[in-house]
Amino acid sequence: MDISLQSIEYRYQANTPFERLAIKDVSIEIPTGTYMALIGHTGSGKSTVLQHLNALLLPTEGTVVIGDHKVKAKQKNKNLRQIRQKVGIVFQFPEHQLFEETVEKDIIFGPMNFGVSEADAKERARLALQQVGLSKEILEKSPFDLSGGQMRRVAIAGVLAMEPDCLVLDEPTAGLDPRGRKEIMDMFYSLHKERNLSTILVTHSMEDAAKYADQIVIMQQGHVVKQGTPIEIFSSVSELVEMGLDVPEVVRFQRSIEEKLGVKLGATYLSIEELSSAVTELLRGAPV
Amino acid sequence: MMEKMIIGRYVPAESLVHRMDPRSKLIIIFLFVCVIFLANNFFTYALIGIYTFLMLGLSRIPFRFLYAGLKPVLWLVLFTLLLQVFFTKEGSLLYEFGPIKIYEEGVRQGIFISMRFFFLILMTSLLTLTTTPIEITDGLETLLNPLKKVRFPVHEMALMMSISLRFIPTLMQETDKIMKAQIARGVEFSSGPVKERIKAVIPLLIPLFVSSFKRAEELAIAMEARGYRGGEGRTKYRLLSWKLADTLQLLILAILTILLILLRS
Repeated sequence: MDISLQSIEYRYQANTPFERLAIKDVSIEIPTGTYMALIGHTGSGKSTVLQHLNALLLPTEGTVVIGDHKVKAKQKNKNLRQIRQKVGIVFQFPEHQLFEETVEKDIIFGPMNFGVSEADAKERARLALQQVGLSKEILEKSPFDLSGGQMRRVAIAGVLAMEPDCLVLDEPTAGLDPRGRKEIMDMFYSLHKERNLSTILVTHSMEDAAKYADQIVIMQQGHVVKQGTPIEIFSSVSELVEMGLDVPEVVRFQRSIEEKLGVKLGATYLSIEELSSAVTELLRGAPV
Repeated sequence: MMEKMIIGRYVPAESLVHRMDPRSKLIIIFLFVCVIFLANNFFTYALIGIYTFLMLGLSRIPFRFLYAGLKPVLWLVLFTLLLQVFFTKEGSLLYEFGPIKIYEEGVRQGIFISMRFFFLILMTSLLTLTTTPIEITDGLETLLNPLKKVRFPVHEMALMMSISLRFIPTLMQETDKIMKAQIARGVEFSSGPVKERIKAVIPLLIPLFVSSFKRAEELAIAMEARGYRGGEGRTKYRLLSWKLADTLQLLILAILTILLILLRS
């Protein structure tokens, strides 16, 4: 499902003294199957953009196209529900949205709201639970008896069970331990590949952006300031540093090698393996 | 939805009313609520109207904003007006249509009572619009201090008030966040049959309760950890200062009161 934001603008609390321009003239194309990372500081408008992808916020200017649906500013927009079924959002700290008596009931809540039969929804719940790495035994437990990490996984399973075509992830691993972080990010990535989903990831981790994304969008003060593939983005280290953003460790390491040895590697490498083989090559070829 | 509500909200600005001592504002509002009942004819209501709009002008709150925020309350005012007009059966008959009879006294009463209501709402909103919640609690605490003699827990009351006021915006944000999360999971809060909509509140309320209890506990622990031990021997960072403007404002209200007594019929 293709998603396209066409020069959208959003103002919070329009026409009051509290009016605040959150994003302006934001245009982003997300073709089916893209894994896009959205990077920027707190308050740069990432979350606002993200909520447009699910019609939770309607633009005050511009158009949002989600699959066959068009959401235009200043118009009565109908069938927002159909959009919401196709785009699943995992909010920051999604465990806050749990409310049912049992894990199973909470996971089937989403699918059943969108008209999936109970039996099917339960089947999906089992599958989703497996995907997030939890065992079937907890289906009958109360979600409030689980550990924080398990609650997070249950909440994510609740979104996966809706079987969306597009996954929107707002810092899904914030506050998790490194292992849980990696497990969940890998799970999203394999799901992305398996089901040919479009995935939009809002993150502060440049490592994650470099590792998983095909496209990176950098936002600053409500504008898109840079857009491109990870290699394009991370090739200009100084520019990123100027914006106050981090660079993946591998890239930083490459730069320091280049400085120390006084050489220039041909490309920017985003994984340790690629970089190490490039360096080996360089050392082999270099006159000793 | 909740973005437009202005009751209990503070609008930062530089104005005479903003700079006033919260104590004088509280006293003025309290007296105003009493004094407004002195008005009983055209001149006295006009006087109160002039006073109210003078205060509004001094506060520099944009009128358009005030209007947008109070619109829902205006319906209530209109409702009181209609209630009075249709159900008061005194004075001479003005209009009759089938079972509906409208009397002169009803119209008079209706207009006056809804005016009173309207001015009261304006003035009390003005208090919260121009005074930060913390100032209001500070003011209240000082004003109620004498009650400590009869063992009334003034400090605890003020603390409870400031905590609840402090957490209103947090709770609103949280509500907004959870609402959005549940909308994304297919809940309809603003359309569909009434029964469904009532049911839709559950996925909102339970997470809110859970997080509120959690937050209360965390706050209690944080206060304990920082050695909170009630109001005894506590000094204040923000000191209230009574200025000339405050005395003048009270004087203006006194003049208004005298005029009202003279002009009322």
